[in-house]
Amino acid sequence: MMTGMGFNFRGAWSIYQRELMRAFRTAFQSLIAPVITTSLYFIVFGSAIGSRMEPIGGVEYAAFIIPGLLMLTLLGETTSNSSFGIYMPRFTGTIYELLSAPVGVAETLIGFVGAAATKSLILAAVILGTATLFVDYEIKYPLFAFGFIMLVAASFSLFGFILGVWADSFEKLGIIPVLILTPLTFLGGTFYSLEMLPAPWDKIALANPIAFLVSGLRWTFYGTADVSIGVSLGLTLGFLAVCTAVITFIFKTGWRLRE
Amino acid sequence: MSEPILSISGLSKTYKGGVKALDDVQLDIRKGEIFALLGPNGAGKTTLIGAVCGLVRPTAGTISAFGHDLAIDWRAARARIGLVPQELSTDMFETVYRAVSYSRGLFGHPPDKARIEEVLRSLTLWEKKDSQIRELSGGMKRRVLIAKALAHEPELLFLDEPTAGVDVDLRKDMWKQIAALRERGTTIILTTHYIEEAEEMADRVGIIRKGQILMVDDKDAIMQRMGRTEAVIELSEPLAELPASIAEFPVELREDGQELCYRGGDGAGGGREDVARLTKALIAAGIDYRGIDIHDSSLEDIFVGLVSEQEAAQ
Repeated sequence: MMTGMGFNFRGAWSIYQRELMRAFRTAFQSLIAPVITTSLYFIVFGSAIGSRMEPIGGVEYAAFIIPGLLMLTLLGETTSNSSFGIYMPRFTGTIYELLSAPVGVAETLIGFVGAAATKSLILAAVILGTATLFVDYEIKYPLFAFGFIMLVAASFSLFGFILGVWADSFEKLGIIPVLILTPLTFLGGTFYSLEMLPAPWDKIALANPIAFLVSGLRWTFYGTADVSIGVSLGLTLGFLAVCTAVITFIFKTGWRLRE
Repeated sequence: MSEPILSISGLSKTYKGGVKALDDVQLDIRKGEIFALLGPNGAGKTTLIGAVCGLVRPTAGTISAFGHDLAIDWRAARARIGLVPQELSTDMFETVYRAVSYSRGLFGHPPDKARIEEVLRSLTLWEKKDSQIRELSGGMKRRVLIAKALAHEPELLFLDEPTAGVDVDLRKDMWKQIAALRERGTTIILTTHYIEEAEEMADRVGIIRKGQILMVDDKDAIMQRMGRTEAVIELSEPLAELPASIAEFPVELREDGQELCYRGGDGAGGGREDVARLTKALIAAGIDYRGIDIHDSSLEDIFVGLVSEQEAAQ
C-alpha cells in the first residue's frame, strides 16, 4: 500500500512502454511507410534529378538533401505519433484511466512524449541507414546531429501532444501536419539552399521557422548552413519552452481533458 | 460507526453550459461498506464519481479520501482508488493480460504476475488473457474493466453502473464478485439503475436527484422507515361501508366495495402481521373473501415515491 506518493516512476514507465508497443503493433504505418516514402525521395530527387545538379556549398546534391528529408519525415511523424497517442484515448474514452491514476503532467509527458520522441529517433536512424543505400555521406558533427535530432523530436512530440489535446476530430488532427508542417518543410530549404532563392524570397523564406530547423540539422551534417546554428538552436529551445508551458497550462486547467 | 474513508463536503459542479450537475453535496462513506447511489438519469451520479476520481473539476467544495485532500495530495489518494466506468472504454487492440498489467503499473505498482492471474481468474478471464479485447463479448469487456480497476488493489472502488447491458446470469455473478471484494475489506460505491442490485448488496443507500442528495441511510433503516405492506382482499360480496372492527385498520374500500385495500406496516414484517389480524377480524365480522394479494414495498417503490414527491413539491 502506498501512503504519501511522489513522482510515479512506474506510471510514467507504463505509459512509455505501452506507447512504444503501440508503435510496434503498427510498425508498417510507423516505420516502414516513412522509410518507403523517403526512399522514393532519394530515388527521384537524389539519384534521378540530383545527378544533374551542381554541388551546393561543396556538398553533392544527393547528400545535401539528406538533412532536409530527415527533417521532413521527423516533423510529420513525430507530430502525428504524439498527437495520435493522446487523441485516441480521448476519442475512445480510455483517458478516464489516465485521469484517475496517480500521474501528473511530468509522468504523462515522459510517457507519451518520451515514447513519441523515442519512435522518432528510431525512425531517424532507419532513414539515415536507408540513405546510405543511395548516397555516400558523412556526418561532420555526429554528437551535435544526435542532440539536435533529440531536441527537434522532443519539441515536436510536445507540439503533437498539444495538437492531440486540441483536436476534436480526426480531420483537425491531420490538418497541422499535412497542411502546415509539410508545406513549410518543403519551402524551408529541404531541396535547396535559401541562398539559391531570388530576392526578396531569400529573406521572406526566413519567416518560415522550419527553415531554421533544416538549416540547423544541415550544419551538424556538413558544417554549412543558411543561418547560424546558434539561431537555429535558440529557436528550437524557445519552441520547446513554449510547448512545455502550454502543456503545463493544459494540465493545470484541465482544458479539454477534465470536464 | 466506522471511520469515513471518503468525505465530501459542499461539492458543487456547474458545467460550462450552466447545467448544475451537483449542488452542495455532503457525503461520508464508511470504511468497508457497500454504498449504492441511486438516482434517475442525469441526477449527477456519474459527475459525483468523476469529481472524486479526477475526471471532473468541481466548481466548489472539498473531497478527502483516506485523510488526503484530493485538491492537494491527489496522488496518494488516487493510488488507493479504483474506477470502473459506465462506458465500455478499453484499448480494443490490446490483449486482456497486457491491459490489466498496464493498469497496475499506471497506478504505481510493480509487476506482479501472481496478482494479475488472481484477478483474471476471479473474473473468469484467465482463459481469455491473450485475446484482444475487441474479440470479447460485452459482458467480458465489462469484466476486463473491473479487472483493470482491481489490478492495483484499490481500497475504495467505484462501480458506475457495473451491470449495465449485462445479462441476468452475469449480473448475479458480478454481485458475487462484489460481495467477495467486500469480504476482502474493499469499500465499494456503486451507482445503478437496477434497484434490485442495491437492495441485494448495499449496506447504505443514497438517493440523488438534480445534483442534490435527498437521503442517505442504512438500507434496512430506509426499508423499515419507509417500507409498506399493501394487501388487496377480494371480497365475496361487495360492502357498502366498513364495520367499526375493520375501520380501525388502515384500509379503504375500492372497486365499488368489492376490494378492501390495506396499506400499512413498518417494512419489517409488521404489515403482514397486521394483515393476518385483519383477515381474522373480517371472519369475525362475517365478511367472506375470495383471495388476498400481499406485496411488500421494495427499495424501488421507496425510490420512485421519494423522487415523485420531490417532483410534486417543486
